[in-house]
Amino acid sequence: MEHQISSAFWVLSFVILTSAILLVSLKNVFHCALFMVLCLFSVAGIFILLDAEFLAAAQVLIYVGAVSILMIFAIMLTNNLTNRVIKQTNENGLVSLFVCLSFAVGAIMLISKTHSWNYRANELGHDNSLILGKYLMTEFMLPFEVISVLLLAAMIGAIALARKERS
Amino acid sequence: MDFPFPEYNLQYMLPEIFLFVWALVVISFDLLSKRNNGSTTGYLTLFGIAIAGLLLGLVGNGKGFGKMFINDNVAVFFKVIFLGAAFMAVGSSFGVMQKKIVNHRGEFYALLLMSTTGMMFLSSSQELLSIYLGLELTTIPLFAMAAFYKDDKLSVESGIKYFIIGAFSSALMVYGMSFLYGLTGSTDLAQMKVAFFKTHLQFGDMGIVMILALIMLAAGIGFKLALPPFHQWAPDVYEGAPTPVAAFLSVGSKGAGLIAFAKIFVDGLYAYHSPDMAPNDWGMLIGILAIAAMVLGNVLAIRQTNIKRMLAYSSIAQAGYIMIGMVALSASGIASVGFYLFIYLFANMGAFAAVAVFEDMTGSCQIKSYAGLARTSPFFSAVMAVFLLSLAGIPPLAGFLAKYYVFASVVDVAQRSADSSWMYWMVGIGLLTTVFALFYYANVIKVMFFSPETSPYKVEAPLPAKAVLAIGVIGVLLFGLYPEPILQFATGISSSLHFMP
Repeated sequence: MEHQISSAFWVLSFVILTSAILLVSLKNVFHCALFMVLCLFSVAGIFILLDAEFLAAAQVLIYVGAVSILMIFAIMLTNNLTNRVIKQTNENGLVSLFVCLSFAVGAIMLISKTHSWNYRANELGHDNSLILGKYLMTEFMLPFEVISVLLLAAMIGAIALARKERS
Repeated sequence: MDFPFPEYNLQYMLPEIFLFVWALVVISFDLLSKRNNGSTTGYLTLFGIAIAGLLLGLVGNGKGFGKMFINDNVAVFFKVIFLGAAFMAVGSSFGVMQKKIVNHRGEFYALLLMSTTGMMFLSSSQELLSIYLGLELTTIPLFAMAAFYKDDKLSVESGIKYFIIGAFSSALMVYGMSFLYGLTGSTDLAQMKVAFFKTHLQFGDMGIVMILALIMLAAGIGFKLALPPFHQWAPDVYEGAPTPVAAFLSVGSKGAGLIAFAKIFVDGLYAYHSPDMAPNDWGMLIGILAIAAMVLGNVLAIRQTNIKRMLAYSSIAQAGYIMIGMVALSASGIASVGFYLFIYLFANMGAFAAVAVFEDMTGSCQIKSYAGLARTSPFFSAVMAVFLLSLAGIPPLAGFLAKYYVFASVVDVAQRSADSSWMYWMVGIGLLTTVFALFYYANVIKVMFFSPETSPYKVEAPLPAKAVLAIGVIGVLLFGLYPEPILQFATGISSSLHFMP
C-alpha cells in the first residue's frame, strides 16, 4: 500500500509539473487552457493521496469545473484568440527562472531539514470531511460568514467595472 | 471529538454588522433613486459611518463567536482609525462624484464600506485564518475602487497592478502561515505561543523553516505596507487611482497591514523574539526594512513632480517611521505606533483631501500647478501647508510629537538591552532622513507661497471637503499642543497585546 501511494505520488507530480510547464510555454492559448485543466485535476489526485477527500472534490468542482470552463468559454467567445500565436516570454525570463529555482530548492532544503514539525497537524482522520463541516458550523463559523461578504464585495466590484455604460 | 456551539455574543460585532448592512442600504438607495442626485448617497454613507462609530463607543470590550472575535483596547483603537479614514475619504469624494464617477456612486460607497468592515473584522481577529480573510476583505474592494475611472488608462492600470501585487502578496503570506500551522498545529495565536514553547523545550529551536515562514509573512505584510523592497506598486497605484481612494489606501490599507503585523509578529511570535527562547530575531529584519523605507521613500520623493506620487513616496517613508516603533517592541513602542498612525490619519487624509479638491477644480496633480496659489486662495494654501509641515514633523504640529515618541521609545529600549548598537544607527538614519523629507514638503509650500506668478485658480471646496479639511487641521493642531488623550488611548493598546514581560 505504502509503495503504491508513493508511486502514484511520483506519477501525479510528473503530470503536474509537465502540464504546468506546458501551460506557461505553449503558443496557443487554447492548448494552454487545456493543460491548466490537466494540472489542476492532478492536484486533486495529490489531495486524495493525502486523505483530504473534501479538498479534492472542491478542487475538481471549483477549479476544473468552474474556473477552467469559464476560461475556455472566454477564449472561444473572444474573436480569433484561438488561432493566434501568443508570446509567453519576456526579457526577464532567465532572471525569474533563476529566482524561482533558487526559491524552490531553498524551500525544499529548509523543509526537509526541519525536525520540529507538529505531526498532529498532518494526521487527518478518515472522517475529516465530517470534522471540517462541523468546524465550519461551530468554531470557524464567523470566518465562513466573512467569506460570503468577501464574495459579495468581489461580485459588486467586478460588475461595476465590467458593465457597459449607457453614458 | 466534541463540537460545542460557541457563545455568539453578537452585540460586540454590532458596528461591523451595521456597516455591512449599511453598504447594502447605500447600494439599494442609489439604485432606487435613479442616480439623479449626486451628493445624497455620499451624505447617507457619511451618516452610516458616524452611526457605526457611535455603536463602537457603546458596545464595550468583550468576546464573541468563541475566540474568533475580540473587542479589546487594540481593536477599538484601530477601528476608530479605520472609521475616521473612511469618513474622511468619503468626505473628500464629493467632487469626484459630481464629475467623474457618475454611474456607480452607490457601488463605490458600498465597496468602501465593505473594505472598512474588513479592516474592523481584522482588528478583532485572534487567529491566522481570520486575519487572512480580514486582509482580503480589506483589499478586494480596493482593487475595484482603484480602477473606478473606467475610461482612464492610468486608473485601470493602477487597478490591475494593485490586483496582481495584492494577490501575489496574499499568496506569500498564506504560504508563510501554512508553515506556522505545520510547526504548531494550530491557527490560534494563543495556542501557537504554547506550541512554540513546547517545541523549544523539546528540540532547542523551532527549526530552520521558521526563518522562511517569517520572511514570507514579512514580505506579504510588507507589500500591504509598501515597505521597500516591496514598494514599487505604491506610486503607480496612488497616481492612477481616484484621489479619495488613494487617500483611503494610504491610511486604511496601511493600518490594516500594521494591525496584521502587530497580531502575528508582536502578539503571536513574541515568545520567539524573547532572548531566552531563540537566537533568531525578527526585530533586526524589520529594522532593515524600516531603514530602507525611510531612505528610499524620502530620497525618491524629492524628484517627483506629481503631488500624488510625492505623497505616495512620503507614505512609504512614513511606514518606515511607524515600523521603528514596532522594532522597539515595548509598551511605549506600541503606544508610539498607535499615536503615530492616529496623527498620520489627520495629516495624510487632510493632505489628500486638499489634493482632491484642487484636482477636481483644475484637473491637475502637478506640483507646478500650485504656483502662486497663496495669492488667490490664502486660506486653502495655509491649510495645505499645515498638513505638509505636520507630515514633515515640524513642532508644534502633532507630526513632530509622533516622530519624537517613536524615536524615544526605540532609544529607551536600546539603552536597556545589550547588543543594540544597530538600533542607534536606525534612529540616526531616521533623523537624517527627516531632513530630506522637509526638503520636498517645503518645496510645495515654496511653490504655493513664494512663486512670483499669481495662480489663475481660486479654490472652492464643496461643504463635506471643507469639513474634512477642518477636521484634519483641528486634529493636527489640537493633538500637537495637547496630545494626552490620544497618548492615553494609545497606551491602552499594549495591555491587550499579551506579550509584555
